[in-house]
Amino acid sequence: MGFDLFILPFTAGLIFILGYFVIRSLIWIVQLDRDDKMKFIKGIPSMATLKAIREVIMESLLHRKIFRTNPVLGYMHMSLAFGWFLLILFGNIEAFTINPGTVHPPYYPIFLRFFETATDFKGAGLFLFLMDLFLLLVLSGVFLALMKRFRSRSLGMKKTSSLQLHDKIALYSLWIIFPARLLAESFTSGIAGNGGFMTGPLGEFFASFLPIGKLVYPAWWIYSLSLGAFFFTLPFTRYMHIPTEILLIFLRNYGIRTNDRYSSFTDIEVHSCSRCGICIDPCPMTAADVNTIQSVYFIRNVRQGKLQPLTVQNCLMCGKCNETCPVGIDNYALRMIKREAFNNEEKNKYDYIPELISDKATVAYFAGCMGQLTPSITRSMEEIFRHAGQEYVFIDKNESICCGRPLILNGRNKEAVELIKRNQDIINSSGARLLVTSCPICYKAFREEYKLGMKVIHHSEYINHLINNNLISLNKSNQRLVFHDPCELGRGSDVYEQPRQVLKSIGSLIESEQTKNLSICCGGSLGNSVLNNSDRHKITRFSLENLTTGDPDRVITACPLCKRTFAQVADDIQISDLAEIVALSLVKSAELTPEEEKVMAETE
Amino acid sequence: MINWGYTINKDSSIDYDKNDRSLFCSLVKKEPTLGICMACGECAATCSASQFTTFSFRKTILLVQRGELNGLEKEISKCMFCGKCTLVCPRGVNTRHILSLLRDHLIK
Amino acid sequence: MEKQVVVIGGGVAGMESAARLAELGIKVILIEKKDDLGGHVRRWDFLFPDKKPAYVIINALRPDIEDMVDARYNCEVKNIQSLNGAFNVNLSTDDNLKADAILITTGFDLFDATKKEEYGYGIYENVITAAELEEQFMNKIPIRTASGKIPRRIGFVHCVGSRDEKVGNEYCSKVCCVTGVKQSMKMREAFPNSEVFCFYMDLRMFGRYFEDLYKEAQEKYGVQFIRGRLSEASENFDQKVVVKLEDTLAGKPLKMTVDLLVLLTGFVPSEGTRKMIEMLNLDKGDDRFIKPIDEHLMKNHTNVPGVFIAGASSGPKSIAETITDAQAATLEIAAFLRKNNHHDKLGIYYK
Repeated sequence: MGFDLFILPFTAGLIFILGYFVIRSLIWIVQLDRDDKMKFIKGIPSMATLKAIREVIMESLLHRKIFRTNPVLGYMHMSLAFGWFLLILFGNIEAFTINPGTVHPPYYPIFLRFFETATDFKGAGLFLFLMDLFLLLVLSGVFLALMKRFRSRSLGMKKTSSLQLHDKIALYSLWIIFPARLLAESFTSGIAGNGGFMTGPLGEFFASFLPIGKLVYPAWWIYSLSLGAFFFTLPFTRYMHIPTEILLIFLRNYGIRTNDRYSSFTDIEVHSCSRCGICIDPCPMTAADVNTIQSVYFIRNVRQGKLQPLTVQNCLMCGKCNETCPVGIDNYALRMIKREAFNNEEKNKYDYIPELISDKATVAYFAGCMGQLTPSITRSMEEIFRHAGQEYVFIDKNESICCGRPLILNGRNKEAVELIKRNQDIINSSGARLLVTSCPICYKAFREEYKLGMKVIHHSEYINHLINNNLISLNKSNQRLVFHDPCELGRGSDVYEQPRQVLKSIGSLIESEQTKNLSICCGGSLGNSVLNNSDRHKITRFSLENLTTGDPDRVITACPLCKRTFAQVADDIQISDLAEIVALSLVKSAELTPEEEKVMAETE
Repeated sequence: MINWGYTINKDSSIDYDKNDRSLFCSLVKKEPTLGICMACGECAATCSASQFTTFSFRKTILLVQRGELNGLEKEISKCMFCGKCTLVCPRGVNTRHILSLLRDHLIK
Repeated sequence: MEKQVVVIGGGVAGMESAARLAELGIKVILIEKKDDLGGHVRRWDFLFPDKKPAYVIINALRPDIEDMVDARYNCEVKNIQSLNGAFNVNLSTDDNLKADAILITTGFDLFDATKKEEYGYGIYENVITAAELEEQFMNKIPIRTASGKIPRRIGFVHCVGSRDEKVGNEYCSKVCCVTGVKQSMKMREAFPNSEVFCFYMDLRMFGRYFEDLYKEAQEKYGVQFIRGRLSEASENFDQKVVVKLEDTLAGKPLKMTVDLLVLLTGFVPSEGTRKMIEMLNLDKGDDRFIKPIDEHLMKNHTNVPGVFIAGASSGPKSIAETITDAQAATLEIAAFLRKNNHHDKLGIYYK
């Protein structure tokens, strides 16, 4: 069987990377939390394994999610991954076809053209064609990758991730591999005539003016060296994602997730980030010209152990990066974990909050601390309750205690415990069976952190319920309404349809381009305690621009913070809360007011 | 209105020469808006904690500016971090960030 | 060829300047979008410091306009083009006027208080603006709460829509403080059994006798001044307004129920001023009012030669200052028309 010294760099690299990954995976799996380990063990013989394999093919090879972001970008990633996979796969098949029944050393199919110059074996024509085709596929990807570095917009990315030195070494080795293979195979073809539709003619072309006899051997060396260099640097660079992502997909299909501590699974997620940079453009902070804190950089900093407090804090916690990450990494959870890690342990200090007892009613309404700054919303809700004939108690009409979520969003959840307990007691003292809140931030807090003896719904859900059960009647008009999905309500709580159903009963609903789970944060987020006002306004304007492209008459939102934030920059369009526009559209009763009665009497 | 019956300053006057303003100087570099407060009190008026305690963010900034740091640590621990102050400040002071920095500095 | 000046805006600035220009023998055409002259002063009751009724100003200037000036009512400027060193002004009535110089006196609008939602204007019935109060004074309408009762407690809120980054107006509107003092004195006079409060941040008593007015308000009228900026107003079960602010001088939060809350809204550039800026490509300050070439020596000149400004279109002013400004503009325009560029030497000092 063929052997040559030049195969050593490749083989050494291959042994290294395989060994490294096997050992690393074992360590990762062994260090999984006990519950996660159980899920792993139970998952292996189950259907989940088949699902995982399917996902690996769809995402790791074909990069389906990236195709949805931008077709050219998807093609670029796919051609590199899938093309390389096909080269390896069919290289092995071809080697087996040429020498059936033998076991080849792993380097043999990689350097097959060097070792096998015969072109008369069964299916040779097909193999020569296919291998050249796959090589062309990969080369087209390399070309696009080069272009992305210099003109990223042509691949649909305004900004591409910046690279550090070790990433650059790995990247350049990767770029050299396939052109080197092309040259090596072409030169060999020029001498031995065993090229396909691409390497054949190229080989002849080179033979006509180059001393390919002298160049062919160095070409194979370069090919092997570049492969070796890539493999040796791989574990220390972003390319670790190639094997790690596969492990991640399996574990995720077995139901393992990152919760609220940095577990072994979290570490696997961190190493699965390919630094593709697709999270950069969707991040609203990019609109504020802040370019150092996006998830791609955050994860890199975590991996390198170089995390700065500012990187951790300067994030809106809007969750958009989770929606757009093609690997499905839970960036949000990771940032939250690091926020908690960065905060000092503090004793609870909210013991000054007195025990307040609320009035009793079946339905309780909680406006949140923002309620006092947006009286139009609370008024509208009270009008809606009255119109529906619903007896209710407005819990925080006079005094409000923060729900505690701003503390939690900033990683100060230990401090929030006492606050939550006291607030919880007040709400529970109302004896209500249903809690309606007009603030999605409070809504998420109530659902996730509170133990309330009642059902909790957002006011959009409540109003939708009233409409569906004919408890209120609304006037409908033709006004064009666009709905802004607040981060905490949409991505945060999966409430997308109810506000839209309500709006369809009032006017004509139009959708903005980036809508529902892709909606753009208003910029007012309490998740970011560092960002200054002028940068926030840049984000607000960017978000508003997305909402107004369809030329709506009014922008409707369902969060008092969003409303206030948009109202600050919206000069020529009206921003309203859902409750406000519903209150405006209520069909008023047919009874006349005393004034109207007087006028009627006078005209008769 | 619950009156706890104590004031932030134990001393009856501010001896500006003796006070240490280094905290203010280092904070204002990290958050420049610390210097543009006009002491209108809207932050303290809207503050969730001000309903129950003597905590006043306006006063906090003032005391930091003067270098009067006695008892400040206890007062700022009352903040619920709700962000209403940042939402109303007419000068655009980034109040939450300042409070966050103060906490990191004073509460070790 | 007789020189012709087009004055855009028939408020006090436009009236004064048009009259003075006409006196100098210059032909003046005055464009006014409403049906009568006087602008905001038409809805003003009395002026400080001497308490003269506002209509005195308008009546003093009106005869001159009627006698000497070509005033066009109910029309607006649609377009302005430069034309050989002069201007062609195209009106909404489809007339075309030649102008050797243009004076912009389009002035200000009042800040729309609904933008400060937390103060409850347009939501609570007992929250009104100072301009609405002034108009009631002028029309001798007795001041009552929305339910018709005599107010026992009235609160005046200073700096509504001014000095406020949150509504995009960081500048001070200058005249609202003294207006608040003036109105609070009148309220105490009208309702001797009432308590009147001014919630202020800084009291800008910038003019002559203004400080005396402040002292008089405290001494003679018993107006109470509380230093603190309202964070929010809410409504009681009986429609009284509950205000929340910090009494910064006492260092404690303060809550108070008032029967009537008056918002002293600030100045913003008027729609007309904004249109002129866009139409003529005028420089504007960060406060969005028109910016003169020099704040001391050429306050009535804009960056476009031949286009002049007077009055509140270049920033908040009192009526006294507006009239003085209009008189100054007259002088500058006259000099310009004589081709006397007496401030060109400013350029030497300006490197």
